[in-house]
Amino acid sequence: MPISKEIESRFGVTEVKEQRSNLTWISLPPQQVIPLITHLRDHEGFTHFALLTAVDWIEQEVFQLTYILTNPTQKADLGLRTRISRENASMESAHHLWEQAATYQRELKEMYGIDFPGSPRVDEEFFLEGWDDIPPMRREFDSKKFSEETYFPRPGSKGYDPREYMKQKLYSEDYEDEQQTK
Amino acid sequence: MKMNSRQNNPSDRTPKHEYGPDGKPQIDLSSGKYTKVWQGPNHPGVTGNMSLELTLCGDEIVDAKTHVGYLHRGFEKLFERRLYMQVMPTCLRMCVPESDTNEYCFAEAVEELSGIEAPEKARWLRMLVLEMSRLQMLLRVVPGQGGAFGLGIGVQWGMYVRELVLDLFEELTGGRVYHMYMLPGGVRGDLPEGFRERALKVMEEVYRFAERIDNVMFNNSVFKKRAIHTGYIDPAWIDRFGIVGPNARAAGYRRDVRKDHPYLLYDQLEWEVPVLEHSDVYTRARIRWMDMQVTADLIGQILEKMPEKGSFKTPTPNALNWRIPLGETYVKAEASRGEYGYYVVSDGSPYPRRITLRGPSYTHAIALLEKMLIGADVADVGGIMVSLQTCPPEIER
Repeated sequence: MPISKEIESRFGVTEVKEQRSNLTWISLPPQQVIPLITHLRDHEGFTHFALLTAVDWIEQEVFQLTYILTNPTQKADLGLRTRISRENASMESAHHLWEQAATYQRELKEMYGIDFPGSPRVDEEFFLEGWDDIPPMRREFDSKKFSEETYFPRPGSKGYDPREYMKQKLYSEDYEDEQQTK
Repeated sequence: MKMNSRQNNPSDRTPKHEYGPDGKPQIDLSSGKYTKVWQGPNHPGVTGNMSLELTLCGDEIVDAKTHVGYLHRGFEKLFERRLYMQVMPTCLRMCVPESDTNEYCFAEAVEELSGIEAPEKARWLRMLVLEMSRLQMLLRVVPGQGGAFGLGIGVQWGMYVRELVLDLFEELTGGRVYHMYMLPGGVRGDLPEGFRERALKVMEEVYRFAERIDNVMFNNSVFKKRAIHTGYIDPAWIDRFGIVGPNARAAGYRRDVRKDHPYLLYDQLEWEVPVLEHSDVYTRARIRWMDMQVTADLIGQILEKMPEKGSFKTPTPNALNWRIPLGETYVKAEASRGEYGYYVVSDGSPYPRRITLRGPSYTHAIALLEKMLIGADVADVGGIMVSLQTCPPEIER
């Protein structure tokens, strides 16, 4: 286990799951994330910040933030998961710990609308230009509808439902049976 | 050729600008002292679809900002509406020149979450394809470093040898650039007859190329003048900026996922990870040149040690109704640029909840490049970018 029981209780870790020998997931409340990753970086050897990303659990009205850190000496990865409300989503910034964290946070602000107050250039456009719709990686953003409304249809082009098309091409007998039953 | 005074005297760090409380120079464009220049998105000195907004004082860069967004295809959003098997032909386009690492990371993540294990033969074949992919990338990048400084001959030679590697890919997978060879459960096919002998002949060509490029590029006085002491990465930045792969190894840090977190059957191969210390453009090119020969050697070892017979694919459920159990994982591999990882989250439905990519260029081309360019000569921007081996498609997925 890459972190001790003492650290788990000190930082309010609620769940520990060993995914494989060199990857462990832990869950904790959002206010404990920055104190814990600061401790891990400064005292436990988790000096490499590999990834920060979000997962939209729209059914539960939360965003999951996942931070992945690596300990180059122990050769171990640690994934920290925390959940924040989707309403006015905001999280403490980690840019003071690792420079590249600001880039991840800027992307999350643009793509999910999660704010990181104080993070450099967090409000600047990143991938998108002149975007005034809801943040596009949120689950409620319908990319098909957006595409139909924004781009004019090209005459002659034909679209397929990917699932139906694949069924027709790969499992043609099942598909024909299904069509006959209908 | 006008030389940067700092290249002749690297210790010359005399401040020429007024600095604000944030440590950044106070730039007043109306003073006439500064010029704003865009390098990219269409520029021969830019590695792909990105641009740099440079503020210059004479030839010296005082501020740099990376701009991306010219290639955003919304892959990660598309994945949420695709079956797992339909993600395969899309995910490999996240990094155009080295697509196989995407295939591997995604296939491995799906296998891990669904409890499937690829057969031993498939793991050898995956390792072979990953190393061939690294080799063809290095055959572009190593001479490309010379190309960035105007030494074009090595690029032509490198492209010729790379074509020979692509021929091998075509023979093995049917494709030259995108292969779609590694599927969850294994790979699509076995080695064709006589492949080993043909591959070993191509490796001989790689060693010959390495010797020639050593003479023509690494011993070229103009190249050395341009590349030595240029684009210095302070070893103290390695963790602070998330620097990985050859860029970290050229600064004295031994970082290689294949050794640190062995995957596939890399623990059965024998090799030394190249590490150097000077951490400038020349050293990074040198590390990649060493990597290229190590890779050719690994391909030889794989072909020698790979079992002749054996299954190369574990049966997987019907792709249309394949539900991956609830869970999440992070699978990483060593691409030619460094740590390359896939974070995959399954919600138990036939569609992935979230798939995201961690590419080395995300940190190298933005936070690090913006930092490195301060104080550099504008003529060196292309060379510094190439030395970081930035790949914009993996930044904006």
